[in-house]
Amino acid sequence: MKHVRSGLLAASVVAAATLQAATAQADEIVVGMQCDRTGPTQTVGTFLCPGYHDYVKLINSKGGIDGHTIKVLEIDHEYKVPPGMEAYQRFKAEGAVIVAIYGTPHTQALTPLLHSDKIPGTSPGFGSAAAANGTKYPYLFPIAATYWSQGAAAVQFAKDQLGGELKGKKIAYLYYDNPAGREPLPILQKLAEMEGFQLKEFAVPPPGVEMKVQVQDIARRFRADFVINHTFGKAPSVSINEMTRNGFKLSKMVGLVWAAGESNIMGAGGWDKAQGFNVMQFAGAGSDYPVLDEIKALYKSEGKDAPKEMDSTVYYNRGLLAAALHLKAIENAVRAKGGSSDITGEDVKNGFEKIRDFTLDGILPPMAITKEDHEGGGWVRIFRVEGQGFKPITEWMHGYRDVVVEMVKSH
Amino acid sequence: MFHRESGYYKTTYAADMELFPLPITKAAIVVICVLFFGLFPALMTDYYISVINLCAIAVVGALGLNILVGYTGQISVGHAAFMSVGAYTAANLATRWDLPFWITLPAGGFMAMGVGLIVGLPSLRVKGLYLAIATLAAQFIIEWVINHTPAISGGVQASIEVPRPSLAGWDMDTQTEMYYFLMFFTALAVIGTLNLARSRIGRAFIAIRDQDIAAEIIGINVYRYKLLAFGLSSFYAGVAGVMYTYYLGIANYEMFQLPISIDYLAMIIIGGLGSVLGTIFGAVFITLLPVVVRVFMETVGVYFVEGVYLAQVIAQMRLILFGGLIILFLVVEPEGLNKLWQNIRNYFRVWPFSH
Repeated sequence: MKHVRSGLLAASVVAAATLQAATAQADEIVVGMQCDRTGPTQTVGTFLCPGYHDYVKLINSKGGIDGHTIKVLEIDHEYKVPPGMEAYQRFKAEGAVIVAIYGTPHTQALTPLLHSDKIPGTSPGFGSAAAANGTKYPYLFPIAATYWSQGAAAVQFAKDQLGGELKGKKIAYLYYDNPAGREPLPILQKLAEMEGFQLKEFAVPPPGVEMKVQVQDIARRFRADFVINHTFGKAPSVSINEMTRNGFKLSKMVGLVWAAGESNIMGAGGWDKAQGFNVMQFAGAGSDYPVLDEIKALYKSEGKDAPKEMDSTVYYNRGLLAAALHLKAIENAVRAKGGSSDITGEDVKNGFEKIRDFTLDGILPPMAITKEDHEGGGWVRIFRVEGQGFKPITEWMHGYRDVVVEMVKSH
Repeated sequence: MFHRESGYYKTTYAADMELFPLPITKAAIVVICVLFFGLFPALMTDYYISVINLCAIAVVGALGLNILVGYTGQISVGHAAFMSVGAYTAANLATRWDLPFWITLPAGGFMAMGVGLIVGLPSLRVKGLYLAIATLAAQFIIEWVINHTPAISGGVQASIEVPRPSLAGWDMDTQTEMYYFLMFFTALAVIGTLNLARSRIGRAFIAIRDQDIAAEIIGINVYRYKLLAFGLSSFYAGVAGVMYTYYLGIANYEMFQLPISIDYLAMIIIGGLGSVLGTIFGAVFITLLPVVVRVFMETVGVYFVEGVYLAQVIAQMRLILFGGLIILFLVVEPEGLNKLWQNIRNYFRVWPFSH
């Protein structure tokens, strides 16, 4: 019977630990953050989440926001919805004033709850494009270019690259065959009609490691002038290699934001194999930003090396973008309350809608979040693989903004 | 210790047929009902209620899988797909025709049952691993069909927002109201399975599981009952999918992918195959494990790991513990948590004596 008793003991220890779950202190401002470090998108989460934490750490080391420290509650949900729901309820119970959602299904499942609980949630780079409509979804903030904005910007970029005229050109859309992959289709089809280019869709079935047929079709039969590559996970790496194998110039292809990380380039065999490949970013890539130097200095002052996650600049910087915008919104909320830490989700929502010209020296786009536009303008920047890294080849840009806005409104 | 199990004589058929024959079980059921329908929702905060809600949904889904795997001995790795069938059926009915939940919920169940019956057809010819692969195929086919049929999936996003369930003008939108909603169906599912297991059908299932040739010889129509098991199991899955849809307010096929099917298998294996109580244990265990591991690490882990790395350690620790516990259970107690509970119960039954 010994093991029964020890089992009971273990159970009671765990139960006691549960009861002791620490609650936030009064002068802290709590931020809830979902993360995926162990699920199918762990290649993103492993770098994105440390970026978030490091920025918060930096701000806290400078005295926090008007003297209030920020406490981040991170919960890893393995890209599964039930743990994501549990995480949200935990954030709410701990008094979080803002929630960083991670994952498209999670965003959709949480939207009604955010609304009824009046807690703003952010979904940078995923979720539904229609969420940019702040009037319809007051508590959902994409805070980065949605898939529609990305699609429109990709067409704009193609137009610029092909000499300013798209009439009669052929654009191939290579996409991962899931809802997120199909999301930009309506805007692409609309633009094809407007600009008079021929759009052909090439679906890659999950898990996206086999696309020989599609790429051969693009390169040899369809003979695309430009390729918009909207793939995830392992698929971008495969597409880079297949394109090269079929003699297609990588500079005639642009990868949307989830085909744009260092890991995608490494997966294709390193920088040398991907020379010329264009990628779209909603946060600056590379490590040439003052705020990153500050974080490095902070670690150095503690006698530690800068975290190795910083080397994966694309995802790390996106985590930093989310943290920076969250803290800016909180700062706006605290200032609006005259410096009090007693702020609600509603205050933070209003804080978000006041964010203007906050770029941290170029790592963030010059977004302007308003009551109507929770996307902040749909800014992206195109980088190109040159040498051993990403080099920016455009300024912060957006394409066909009026078309996108029209579509968001009518959705 | 507290009660005696002997000395109760059954004098009528009705008494013999009772689900809970002993007074102590009846008392226990009353206590459980008071706890779950009275005290818990009244005393607990929203957070704990929301955790119980997730467990309740998992219990229904796991019960369905246990009917198929635990009672009938057929394997299925496409359970989550049947949940998605139920979810989308209910979501479409609720949004297109504004049907109330008491129609959409059984409708979701029956639709899943229909699909389950078709998927169950290979079980008439193949067994074991081969059947596992056949159901795996079903998982992918159903996923693909939902994903590529806008009429079902509601467009590019493949997700449909559903309104909150309402009963006679009463919208159930808080966690506590949803708790009653979910708990009602969970209780129904538990009682249903308990009764099923001791009915003719349930005994036929068990006979098929134990030795299908022998079952056939004693006059059980193996084909019919195997199909029935698939149908019933899918019905439960469909209902769980509908509960899920109403709870989250959205039907989305990404919530019902292969890893979820595997999770459900893990639930019934850890809980105990062919046992209702075990199913409840397993469903609660798998749902709570990440939560408990995290809270444990947050309280204890801080003494071992530095703040910045804690999040990473917690995330990895959960996977390690999850895998480790499954192996531990399979080795130490292959009959699952249910057997563990029985050991405890048997110990206290005669306590303080050893026999």
